[in-house]
Amino acid sequence: MNSTSTLSSPRSDATEQPAANRDADAALVEVKDLAKTFEVSAPWLNRVVEGKERQFVHAVDGVSFRIERGKTLALVGESGCGKSTVARLLVGLYAPTRGTVRFDGQDTLAALATPAGRALHRRMQMIFQDPYASLNPRWKVLDIVGEPLREHGLVGDLPALRARVAELLHSVGLAGADCEKFPHQFSGGQRQRISIARALATQPEFLVCDEPTSALDVSVQAQVLNIMKDLQRERGLTYLFISHNLAVVRHVSDAVGVMYLGRLVEIAGKQTLFSAPRHPYTRMLLDAIPDIHMSGRARTPVQGEVPNPLHPPSGCAFHPRCPHADARCAQERPPLQSLPGLQVACHAVAEGRI
Amino acid sequence: MEPLLEVRNLRVEFPTRRGTLLALDDISFGIVPGEILGVVGESGAGKSLTGAAIIGLLEPPGRIAAGEIRLDGERIDNLPAPSMRALRGRKIGAIFQDPLTSLNPLYTIGRQLIETIRTHLPVSENEARERAIKLLQETGIPAAEQRIDQYPHQFSGGMRQRVVIALALAAEPKLIVADEPTTALDVSIQAQIISLLKRLCKVHGAAVMLVTHDMGVIAETCDRVAVMYAGRIVELGPVGDVIHRPQHPYTVGLMGSIPAMDEDRERLLQIDGTMPRLNAIPAGCAFHPRCPQAFERCHRERPDLLAAGATQAACWLHHATSGREAA
Repeated sequence: MNSTSTLSSPRSDATEQPAANRDADAALVEVKDLAKTFEVSAPWLNRVVEGKERQFVHAVDGVSFRIERGKTLALVGESGCGKSTVARLLVGLYAPTRGTVRFDGQDTLAALATPAGRALHRRMQMIFQDPYASLNPRWKVLDIVGEPLREHGLVGDLPALRARVAELLHSVGLAGADCEKFPHQFSGGQRQRISIARALATQPEFLVCDEPTSALDVSVQAQVLNIMKDLQRERGLTYLFISHNLAVVRHVSDAVGVMYLGRLVEIAGKQTLFSAPRHPYTRMLLDAIPDIHMSGRARTPVQGEVPNPLHPPSGCAFHPRCPHADARCAQERPPLQSLPGLQVACHAVAEGRI
Repeated sequence: MEPLLEVRNLRVEFPTRRGTLLALDDISFGIVPGEILGVVGESGAGKSLTGAAIIGLLEPPGRIAAGEIRLDGERIDNLPAPSMRALRGRKIGAIFQDPLTSLNPLYTIGRQLIETIRTHLPVSENEARERAIKLLQETGIPAAEQRIDQYPHQFSGGMRQRVVIALALAAEPKLIVADEPTTALDVSIQAQIISLLKRLCKVHGAAVMLVTHDMGVIAETCDRVAVMYAGRIVELGPVGDVIHRPQHPYTVGLMGSIPAMDEDRERLLQIDGTMPRLNAIPAGCAFHPRCPQAFERCHRERPDLLAAGATQAACWLHHATSGREAA
């Protein structure tokens, strides 16, 4: 692709993250045994009349991970694996059924209940998937991007607000004059930039991005991903990046967690995960990606589908689809075990069978 | 080989109160039996519209303003609605993006399959049922004898898409138009559906037009690919050449903006700006405002699709010396 360099010049500053001002090893976000259960029972009367049981979906079931300051952790998995629920739990949009989220050393659940919790909200923000649904169509961009500034009392008067919003719009590649426009006057990629500008308004340290580019075309996706990486480099941001697209994940992340039916099955550094995946589900996912550079490659399609989360399989949830499953996998749920450089939840790996 | 489907100089317009919008402009391509042609492009490039024009399902006020579409040598773009309806399903099968909305939720899938088969083929109810079960088995639905009497909501997304494919194949059509058949599915299911489509195309010798925005799907599935931009084909050629040696600057940008699985880049290549709206398509080459290599002629004259390297590209860079007359 040497003829392509003319399209956009890559940035020359290949320098590393700005030096973390605090302890470099300290995790900014630490999640321990996080779980969220949703009740999906039939209405009370039906349960009484028809004698039905209450039903629960374990959307997230005991997830633990940590994200270091200035790094990106990506969570991948198929629909219904609980990755978006983790995102919402982290920023406090859902209250966890079990487990804790620690942000910069403090328990977020406890902190958000106190008045001082507002300050915590200021330090973590979220970018949503659908830029058509996440912006109020009746508000001008000035109000959309300015709302967090007003809410947290970060600006005094209107001229100051305008100046700050214009600055934010500049940082995501939009013009300051755009603040007088409404969301419908922008394309999908521009709207997602507005979402990013809004998330950046309070100068957060941690951004939770829930499929931020899934609704965008590839060329626009490239624009948004480039902006996100530039901002991370400039401001030392920490990202939790949720996506089902492994190629995008490989591009943006430092570490990757793979989820299946509410649990983490493997978590490892990017290089390790993509070059030497251990869990059979990770291998399956990697094998399933259509690869643009290998036309006509015959791949072995995976058998089966994700089971119904209302009735998850016994033992390891992946065992009905797993080529390496044995009797133990069907009975006993494998714990997430630490191996050099990665953590994996698989009996076959633990026993050295694969 | 004679092309099964031939589209020549197709032009689709949408008359509106503020003037006529040109949605497809001078689209020409052919597909031979057994071939899979991919049509790729970003939202609004006109790829789905091309498919809709071929199967005769353009939404009014959209209309074919010029050009012709031939299936097996016969024109199908000017057929009256009843003959077109008979042709759809019999000779042209269609697969759409969302498998839930393509199926009637009130009928069992067996009833929908049998109805389709009996509409197009002179068979009895029992024969049609047997055929339906065979189709379901062929598309990889386990326990087809039992599942044929179930309703669409009892099927998962991937299984529903298999049913839709079975429906499209019911009357053994010669041409299948598949519009984003895997977009709504998870990657593992997507891989299953793609290999199913490929296998069926080979077994039945059908020509397939596969519309998608996913270059990976194109690379794995197609023989040739047409890249669309703002209502025109900007590059057309064998899939390996278009992916590895793209000629049109838009294709180059498109390929560079896809994060690759086998190389590390700090930044993705990006094409600045967005595709123009239909009411503001620039003069000359529609890509020139975003093109890093545009020169004076690109602002004035519209390039035709001509041979460039191993593919055909509509770009003055490649036939700057020849003119329109050379076409």
